[in-house]
Amino acid sequence: MNVAAWTFVMVALSFALYIGVALWSRARSTGEFYVAAARVRPVINGMATAADWMSAASFISMAGLIAFMGRDGSVFLMGWTGGYVLLALLLAPYLRKFGKYTVPDFVGDRYYSRTARVVAVVCAIFVSFTYVAGQMRGVGIVFSRFLGVGIETGVVIGMGIVFFYAVLGGMKGITYTQVAQYCVLIFAYLVPAIFISLLLTGIPVPQIGFGSTLADGSGTFLLDRLDGLTTELGFGAYTAGRKGTLDVLAITAALMVGTAGLPHVIVRFYTVRKVKQARSSAGWALLFIALLYTTAPAVAAFARTNLLTTVSDTPYADVPAWFTNWEATGLITFDDKNGDGRIQYTGPAASTPNELTIDRDIMVLANPEIARLPAWVVGLVAAGGLAAALSTAAGLLLVISTSVAHDLLKKTLAPSITEHRELLIARVAAGFAVIIAGYFGIHPPGFVAEVVALAFGLAAASFFPAIILGIFSKRMNVYGAVSGMVAGIGFTAAYIIYFKMLHPELNTAAHWWLGISPEGIGAIGMLINVAIAVGIAALTPPPPALVQALVDEIRVPRGAGPGHEVTA
Amino acid sequence: MPEPRSISAYWKRNLTYVAVLLAIWFAVSFGAGILFVEQLNRIRLGGFQLGFWFAQQGSIYVFVMLIFVYVRLMNRLDRAHDVDEEEDGR
Repeated sequence: MNVAAWTFVMVALSFALYIGVALWSRARSTGEFYVAAARVRPVINGMATAADWMSAASFISMAGLIAFMGRDGSVFLMGWTGGYVLLALLLAPYLRKFGKYTVPDFVGDRYYSRTARVVAVVCAIFVSFTYVAGQMRGVGIVFSRFLGVGIETGVVIGMGIVFFYAVLGGMKGITYTQVAQYCVLIFAYLVPAIFISLLLTGIPVPQIGFGSTLADGSGTFLLDRLDGLTTELGFGAYTAGRKGTLDVLAITAALMVGTAGLPHVIVRFYTVRKVKQARSSAGWALLFIALLYTTAPAVAAFARTNLLTTVSDTPYADVPAWFTNWEATGLITFDDKNGDGRIQYTGPAASTPNELTIDRDIMVLANPEIARLPAWVVGLVAAGGLAAALSTAAGLLLVISTSVAHDLLKKTLAPSITEHRELLIARVAAGFAVIIAGYFGIHPPGFVAEVVALAFGLAAASFFPAIILGIFSKRMNVYGAVSGMVAGIGFTAAYIIYFKMLHPELNTAAHWWLGISPEGIGAIGMLINVAIAVGIAALTPPPPALVQALVDEIRVPRGAGPGHEVTA
Repeated sequence: MPEPRSISAYWKRNLTYVAVLLAIWFAVSFGAGILFVEQLNRIRLGGFQLGFWFAQQGSIYVFVMLIFVYVRLMNRLDRAHDVDEEEDGR
């Protein structure tokens, strides 16, 4: 069987599994739809959270980014894992004790204000849509490369699947489907990594393999060889950093805090039964995430080494099949500038001009082919990429539908609607969200990457400080929280829009404020939020006694409600 | 519900745990992986330079351990101050 046939088999098998799980776990009440009736066990919840969190970006793009960024790629590794420590220590247990369904619920009740709730709803919907569009695009790329269908058809198939289990199953269906998707995606990520580690270093554990000597008998460490290759070709040493230290600090902080402030991650901690379990499920989630995140830098180093040794100075007529296949998608381009028929692949410091352009997103997908692994591994990786994209898309769609049906309608516009109608509206909203997301997947706005930076920055500069201050400071009131959120969002959005959309030509370290890139500015936005919130709160009256009692209440675990069992 | 003094002692102890664990969190990531990466890179751990290893591997291992340590500490503290959740076996 060839690659296309194996991909078809792997994808079909995994999809059959998800649909079976979805049918088995249909939601019957709003409680089940929004938070799986708060009955999910911590290990299961941790696994579902891990699948929810690890998107097409983590699975498909991250190792590729690191492969080209070298040490600077660690901003993603630390940034997208360190946030879970903040979640477990500062957010999850208290939000679980608070109960309710959503982040806007907390913001609205803690700050006794409808305005605060609506601001939170708008942020939640914006952040979630940004993400969903990116996931659908990832689905399209995988389908078009491996199944030979157009990106449009691929996105429509993906939409159909997500619609099926998100709309039918709600949080309950999503949770159990995500467990299946985690298993598929981690297996698909580890198998090729282990094979490649064995081929290159003779050690089956990639995390150890990339710090070991090469298996070619030279006795050279892999990373030393890689440093040598990249330096020789003018890219600079792989293990050296190129970004400014302050910028690396800011980006890492913004990603960590942004992670802890993302609504689709936070809502997962409402789905367990106890406060104790909210803490431990954050631990399990990070453990499952760490399995992929500690493998990714190894995959990155292997991929870069293999790529450089395979293509560098190779006659164009002799390139392997994977090169030609990806060239057909336009994600690899070769331009024989000096007309010698060989591929010169060089960095900015080299004297020979570079002739090869490689899209970073293809590294993980192409890696098994570059290492000449069997066709079934390639098919498995495609199924894993789809699992990552679909699980995240489903979690985000649920946040969108909950925001519309619960936060906007039930809690703000039409408080009198029945449980049954609310559930119906939530399903209709999820359906609409799928269609809009699919539209963006097929016609991506040119600024997807920019908008993702915006989403993280906004989550970091808005939700995170408002929630933390709401838990850890009894004195924090509505005036402080709202002005802090508005100032944080305003500053962050203005900085990103200025450099990313209005003046992209100025978007270089020389023009940045203190050398902090738009990707890292959310960290500064967060500090501004906290400073303004604390200052304003000190000058205005403290919150009502009832709210102060609520804060006391959420600080102790005992008495957490059993969830929200209302049958439709 | 236990009396207020016990609750405030509980909360203070919780804040101490959080402060200590977050200090470690900061030290392994922002400290070892970013601020002092060049100094640590002079030390080698097999094929890894130590700073590079913290930035791409070590910090993540420590993060996982920190959460499980916190879970254990808090479970014990909850019981000591009698604010833990009843086992209802459901």
